[in-house]
Amino acid sequence: MEQRFSGGGIVDFVDFDLEKQTVRELNQFLHKEFDGAAEVRIHNPDGAHHIACGMNVPAKIDIMGNAGYFVAGMNKHAEVTVHGSVGWSVAENIMSGTVRVNGYASECAGASGHGGLLVVEKDASSRCGISMKGNDIVVGGSVGHFSAFMAQAGRLVVCGDAGDGLGDSLYEAVIYVRGEIKGLGADAREEAMGEGDLTSLSELLGRAGFEYRPEEFKRIASARTLYHWNAEDGGSHEHGRGGTRRKQFVRP
Amino acid sequence: MGDLMSMDGAGLEESSLYDRNVQKWIRSAAERGRYDIRGLGAKRRVPHFDDLTFLTGSASRYPLEGYRERCDTETVLGSRYAKNPVRLDIPITFAGMSFGSLSANVKEALGRAATELGTSTTTGDGGMTDEERGSSETLVYQCLPSRYGFDPDDLRRADAVEIVIGQGAKPGGGGMLLGQKISERVAEMRTLPAGIDQRSASRHPDWTGPDDLTIKIEELREITDWEIPVYVKVGATRVENDVKLAVKAGADVVVVDGMEGGTAATQDVFIEHAGIPTLAAVSQAAEALEEMKMTGEVQLIISGGIRTGADVAKAIALGADAVSIGQGAMFALGCNSEVWHDANGEPVSAVEDYEKLGTKPGFCHHMHTGMCPVGIATQDPDLEKRLDPEWGARRLRNYFQTLSMELTTLARACGKSNVHHLEKEDLVALTIEAAAMAKVPLAGTDWVPGISKF
Repeated sequence: MEQRFSGGGIVDFVDFDLEKQTVRELNQFLHKEFDGAAEVRIHNPDGAHHIACGMNVPAKIDIMGNAGYFVAGMNKHAEVTVHGSVGWSVAENIMSGTVRVNGYASECAGASGHGGLLVVEKDASSRCGISMKGNDIVVGGSVGHFSAFMAQAGRLVVCGDAGDGLGDSLYEAVIYVRGEIKGLGADAREEAMGEGDLTSLSELLGRAGFEYRPEEFKRIASARTLYHWNAEDGGSHEHGRGGTRRKQFVRP
Repeated sequence: MGDLMSMDGAGLEESSLYDRNVQKWIRSAAERGRYDIRGLGAKRRVPHFDDLTFLTGSASRYPLEGYRERCDTETVLGSRYAKNPVRLDIPITFAGMSFGSLSANVKEALGRAATELGTSTTTGDGGMTDEERGSSETLVYQCLPSRYGFDPDDLRRADAVEIVIGQGAKPGGGGMLLGQKISERVAEMRTLPAGIDQRSASRHPDWTGPDDLTIKIEELREITDWEIPVYVKVGATRVENDVKLAVKAGADVVVVDGMEGGTAATQDVFIEHAGIPTLAAVSQAAEALEEMKMTGEVQLIISGGIRTGADVAKAIALGADAVSIGQGAMFALGCNSEVWHDANGEPVSAVEDYEKLGTKPGFCHHMHTGMCPVGIATQDPDLEKRLDPEWGARRLRNYFQTLSMELTTLARACGKSNVHHLEKEDLVALTIEAAAMAKVPLAGTDWVPGISKF
């Protein structure tokens, strides 16, 4: 451990080199010995999976390069920054804290998160925000198809374009898209931006570090037609049965 | 044939293909335009452990004294990679059933009984409750496709984690919980609006395919510092392939749930027409482990229609390390009973409440409605009082104790001082189908269909 000046006070730094130590050693240190009092820099991640997953203390962690799957999975409290791109399922099941990816994210970014914030500065691939349950995701670029599939709560903000099937089978999560939407999924619809949307989106964009105006975004939410079992309308909850009022349901 | 039938004087000939039940079903479909949803498991007769019998000791084999000689039942699960494997006193565990489908009282009863018995209980598709964690000494935490209420703090306080890929009642399908059962508490735990009809995902949100499963398992191990076992549960379909993939992906324990496995709610067509019988599944799963030289290193838990100590003994003889029981536990608590018991233990008739559901005691599969007449599969604040957790725990303990005694009775009679020493050679089949599925000889012959010649 070394000490350096940072922002007016002395901060302890812990440097971890994944060329010399294993991810398992890193994570066990972070879970069992680390109290969050220092800043952690992880060098040579080289696409390794599971870096800094299961964090449970407020700490600043910097991953100095590209990382693999499940980076910062199930994060609680910690502020994790990836100075590069990540593989699948970054910050999956995030509970709190912030995970920031300077580059691109592969599939399922921020899947099933319950709280906290994930920022992907460039693009995120398909199924971004799938199954989200209260977390916020801000993507600086575009997202792939079937993003926010079955998302239950939380906000997905897309500063670029969204792929096909956006927000399919949405529950109460809300999606904001600045660019083009290739297609909406079943039961997702565009709604007018309200005052509350503008205020909360403005705050969220500010926290994520983007300077777009909230007025530039469209709001996508659930039409809530799939919330109840209803036999008499031709089984509208069952898209695959060729109900006349529904578009064909295609699983991602 | 028609002539013969008409000779009985009545002139009535029922079609076997379109019998009255089928006709009724078609009329109902025509009227409603939707399928049936129900609880429990497959009702049709499928080849089962009942179709096997033990060749117990005689002159050629030496039995142990039934009541006096030792017969161990201790079971260790998760010894492959976990620092702290699950250690159980008996090889009989409680299967995963969700808070939501079951009341909090039932979950507590399951936990208490498991603790007293020295066995494990399992969460379900609805997260872990404090009552459940508090009452269960050994608790398996399920990681399901829906991820309802999945919390790393709960993962860290679990004794094992079970990645559920599928279940026997509906392999390839997600869970279902209709609005009547989505109480405020259930809604909050699942982050859903109260009262909606909830349909869980059928695939995990953050991985697909066996290569990703390997990485997902590693993530769970990293988060739990390789301390607790990771189980992988599959519904029994392509069992041999699925077991091999789960083992290759790094599972400590594989759970295989056959088509007789229960559910609180799914489509009737799914329950009856998907998956293979548990009898066939256990045999295939055990063979898959043998082929990978993983017998004993990766443990096998079998579930789906395990009711009696004989079922347990036969599953173990065919290669299971332990079994899991869901529906049997519900029946032990009084599911489908004519009565429930009040605070003084006095029976109170529930028949009228069954009638309100359009059913009768003994036939009820209306778990999906949440209006359980005996207070088990419900979230209704009044109905759930019909099941006292202490009373329930006693019933469950007695039931499992009975199973365990039956199991050791058969094991001793086969000359085994440890129930895990039961083996395939101790069994023969009573039907050709069971012989083929379990790969044991038809009783009185050397014939194992598909393996040896008649």
